Amino acid sequence: MSDTERRVVVRNLARVEGEGALHLRVRGSTVVECQLRIFEPPRFFEALLEGRDHGEAPDITSRICGICPIAYQVGAARAMEAALGIEVDGPLRDLRRLIYCGEWIESQILHAGMLHAPDFLGYDDAIAMAKDHPDRVRQVLRLKQLGNRIVRELGGREIHPVNVRVGGFWSTPRVRELAPLREALLEGRDLATDFVRWTGTLPIPDFHREVPSVGLLADGEYPIDRGDLVASDGLHIPVDRFLDHFEEEQVPWSNALHGLRTGQGAYRVGPIARWNLNHDQLPAWIRDVARGAGLDGPCHNPFRSIVVRAVEALYAFDEALRLIDGYVAPPAPTVPHAVRAGTGAACTEAPRGICWHRYTIDNDGRIVSARIVPPTSQNQRTIEDDLRHMVPGWLDVDDATLTWRCEQAVRNYDPCISCATHFLKLDLRRDH
Amino acid sequence: MNGITRVIGIGNAYRGDDAAGIRVAKALRDAKVIPPARIHQCDGDGTAIMGWFRDADRVILIDAAEGDGEPGTIRRIDAVAEPMPRDLFARFSHTFGIAEAIETARSLGELPGTTVVYAIVGASWEPGGAMTPAVAKAVNEAVRTITAELKDRG
Repeated sequence: MSDTERRVVVRNLARVEGEGALHLRVRGSTVVECQLRIFEPPRFFEALLEGRDHGEAPDITSRICGICPIAYQVGAARAMEAALGIEVDGPLRDLRRLIYCGEWIESQILHAGMLHAPDFLGYDDAIAMAKDHPDRVRQVLRLKQLGNRIVRELGGREIHPVNVRVGGFWSTPRVRELAPLREALLEGRDLATDFVRWTGTLPIPDFHREVPSVGLLADGEYPIDRGDLVASDGLHIPVDRFLDHFEEEQVPWSNALHGLRTGQGAYRVGPIARWNLNHDQLPAWIRDVARGAGLDGPCHNPFRSIVVRAVEALYAFDEALRLIDGYVAPPAPTVPHAVRAGTGAACTEAPRGICWHRYTIDNDGRIVSARIVPPTSQNQRTIEDDLRHMVPGWLDVDDATLTWRCEQAVRNYDPCISCATHFLKLDLRRDH
Repeated sequence: MNGITRVIGIGNAYRGDDAAGIRVAKALRDAKVIPPARIHQCDGDGTAIMGWFRDADRVILIDAAEGDGEPGTIRRIDAVAEPMPRDLFARFSHTFGIAEAIETARSLGELPGTTVVYAIVGASWEPGGAMTPAVAKAVNEAVRTITAELKDRG
């Protein structure tokens, strides 16, 4: 089939957030075109923020995504706090990490258990999977509901929570109010342990491709809400130097910019990158559970991201319990602060990978400029590169199977297209 | 019937016609005409919806929908008798939403004995947008219809 041309077209990617498509053209055994086409309209969130009060940024940016609003709230709040010269620490920081654990559980469990697992078992979706694996689906639903509960109890509601603000929270719980949640999370940690073990039994395609990992590195903890930016090639920088080393490129087939390392190209963010950079920060017993599920040391198989997501959900349960056990109610829900002009940057580990924010505010606290780089835009080029390397090994299968595998490969990254399209660099030229 | 009846309004208050379901739920709650029913408002998370199924004998869900018909058309779906038309609510493919929740519950044998969906055809989903007049009118009609259905069979 050396001169035969074959096309794989997925007109509307299912089981991903937002609207996108995949176009793949293969000539002989060479992929001559691979485009992850993101046609969801741009949403202009950065322009929308300009002129608004700095205190509105956490709630406005949380509307970028219904799956990971906490990532946006905490990222925006921390960037504003950097601009204002304040640090939120102690119990307030612990509460932020706790609500972020809830979001990790919600997102990682939903994707691993309901959206990605059916690919590995040959089902069209979780509904079909539920007929043959009812107890597993019940377990996944229970885990997801427990993640919802953390977010609801600290954030007021599970979708688009409202409690995080610049300087801390609007209100904080009393110690005793967290006791029932703690009891539920003990159950969740046991269920999550079993879920990790189950993901280790899934038939994981054998594919390995080493791609630079980029993520956060935190002092003595698995990174969620803070840390320095690091890469597997040794880069280690404070988050405010992100743009010195990373850039975004516009491509004609996508409404989302492609994130690249300046002068170096594509990289990977998200669960596998975090695991590669930080697995030694996990508690020993969780590393043992991960090892039992086939994760031992650096991982370069993107299909194994389903196992890493399960491990990260387990860690989030364990970390949430640690945070609740150590919680002491703060003296005030917010760190007092004065408004001043400044620029601040922050980066957190959203479930899909690093989410970077930078804002400049004026003396009145109005936002002068905003820049947000979400994880899916950073993974786009790597998703396309993965497919370029995977597809030549799959050409002996029929089109339906090939399409299935390509979709499964895209879902390795749990792309959030709605997040990725909230910006569009408008290059307007007028010829007179 | 001795069990629990739940009425679940689904939607986003800030996206035009998408608010239809939660407006119906709010109106039913404010009217207090159906004390046996527990009224919920929900952004559409399917796992949360399934959580409300667990102890309910009867569930009525209301959501805005895309599909055939003029804006404001109300379609009553007996979800026990017929499968959910998933494209009617599939505006965001990642979301494990109302249709997925009902079909997963059916697969697990956990669908309440009476499960009815009121789908209100919408036309405008713009962030911050106003509700289409025909949909606003349909909200009032749905409140009357559901109130009658609950009284009739309560």
